[in-house]
Amino acid sequence: MKRANWTEYQKAIADDKYYYARSCIRQNFYPGSEKAFLEILHKDLGRDIFDDPLHTSCTGIGYHSDIVPLETIMTVVARQFSLMNDAGYENFVTSCITSFGIYTEILSTWEEFPETEEKTRENLFKATGREFVKPKNLAHTSDVMFHFRNEIAGRMKRPLINARTGEPLRVVEHIGCHYAKIFPSKGIGGSEFPYVLAGMIESWGGNVVDYPERRHCCGFGFRNYLVQANRGYSIANSHKKLESMAPYKPDFIVCNCPGCTMFLDRWQYTIAEMDGTTYGDDGHGIPVLTYEEMAGLVLGYDPWELGMQMHQVDVEPLLDKMGIDYDPSAKYLGRNGKYIGKPEPAAVNCSSQNNTIYDIKM
Amino acid sequence: MGKYYDMLMEDVRVREGLKACMNCGVCTGVCPAAEFYNYDPRQIISTVQTRDDDAIEELLRSETIWFCGQCMSCRPRCPRGNTPGYVIQGLRALSQRLGFFVESEKGRQQLAIKRIVGENILNTGYCIVPKMVVPEMHQEQGTVWRWIYAHDKEVYSQFTPSYRTEGAGALRKIDEKSLEEIHRIFDVSGGTKLFDDIERFSDRKAREMGYDGATHEYMMETYTKNSMTEE
Repeated sequence: MKRANWTEYQKAIADDKYYYARSCIRQNFYPGSEKAFLEILHKDLGRDIFDDPLHTSCTGIGYHSDIVPLETIMTVVARQFSLMNDAGYENFVTSCITSFGIYTEILSTWEEFPETEEKTRENLFKATGREFVKPKNLAHTSDVMFHFRNEIAGRMKRPLINARTGEPLRVVEHIGCHYAKIFPSKGIGGSEFPYVLAGMIESWGGNVVDYPERRHCCGFGFRNYLVQANRGYSIANSHKKLESMAPYKPDFIVCNCPGCTMFLDRWQYTIAEMDGTTYGDDGHGIPVLTYEEMAGLVLGYDPWELGMQMHQVDVEPLLDKMGIDYDPSAKYLGRNGKYIGKPEPAAVNCSSQNNTIYDIKM
Repeated sequence: MGKYYDMLMEDVRVREGLKACMNCGVCTGVCPAAEFYNYDPRQIISTVQTRDDDAIEELLRSETIWFCGQCMSCRPRCPRGNTPGYVIQGLRALSQRLGFFVESEKGRQQLAIKRIVGENILNTGYCIVPKMVVPEMHQEQGTVWRWIYAHDKEVYSQFTPSYRTEGAGALRKIDEKSLEEIHRIFDVSGGTKLFDDIERFSDRKAREMGYDGATHEYMMETYTKNSMTEE
């Protein structure tokens, strides 16, 4: 059966001692997710993961919008490996899917065209005096979370089950294109049946929704979002996915790519503002989560400590379904409980008009 | 005959991405750009494999090569192991090297991307930082982003000990030595040269179009103009 095809695509994922590379997009839009990932690894799972202040962007967004040459990004990546060597680690994990695709592609290109590795070594040495050893293991952070899915299930405080009905939650999983479409053998489940998020959802009690456009791109398209004149491409492709998944009434969407998470959240806002269309329950949007947020909720973390107030589509309908206790009035507070106002109402939000349940009382 | 084809073949991505296309069109079937634009990646591959200099030069000067979003959905589906997305990367690199990119509206946008993302990489070490995502230019970021943008320190400091300061954590300030290494990497590996090429060719084109060089106004035109939606 096709359903079992993912089992043909397995990959080795290191069990401990990781060098962590942050993501430009995730740290901008989901900094709470990166914090939660490190905390889950350290505190819940007792693993060693090193957060190195010296690494930079891989420059992948520049590379895929064609302003950074291949030789340049190869040398930047080589510097990251050199930093990993300096720190005494061998297992490289990256928070970004674009970066994961970049590292995978570069390691493969060096194998296929050894002269490119030689040139990179020359460039890196000339520029920085550095040398490097390639990582023993390369994984995306969602691979690592998948690797520990059963351990997390053992510590689960809130399964992915509707607390009111007892039914499993219906979850749309969206895999970033560069996770497995470039090198299917480097992703759990390959490119047709990626299992990295589905495995977490199933282990934590939810049901995975299958729908026609499940594998379609979110529509980021690099230059197609970066340049204002091209953004129609981006929203049109998110729209195609949302229209396709809506009849299956998902309780939430979860992504492993930080860009996809942001686009599926923000384009729901834009579509609602443009023509009033919303895709979730009762005229609301469908909450879009990072897999770190999903794991964090399952493990009992507070939604605001996970940074879920930084979403445009409100997550409260999901929190209520899961029976999570949260403080509505704490949602938009700053450091040390400081009041810093709150976002203006929007058509996609629960609190847009006169719904006072989620509204912050002054 | 074949000059541009030979130049394209110097790029390992084109060597990897172009075997022998049988024109089945599966790439076009799954392509998000084909979904949105009048765009056919099959046709691109078909043109490149003719090795015809005139036809390839026309591509290098065209809007067509700038539609692809590099999602690489084409790669796992091609029954012959081609990757149209890789060939596009090679075509764009050559178009910029030869200065042909300024001959199309979409190609001219490279200046905006260079000035926004490219310069940010050199200045901060990141492709994007919150202060770059100006709400007026990013209405799609919604009301929550306006709130985050206005209260960035209060919001981010809840999740990182080092917002815009040195030390480990999200959105930390990258130290001078690391940034210098990145600058030198750009210098020795062709990154700086590409930036200079984009500026130089854009400046020449801007003057031809009546601007006083590649000014901020010219850059903003490349960032916002979309004549495909005009009457």
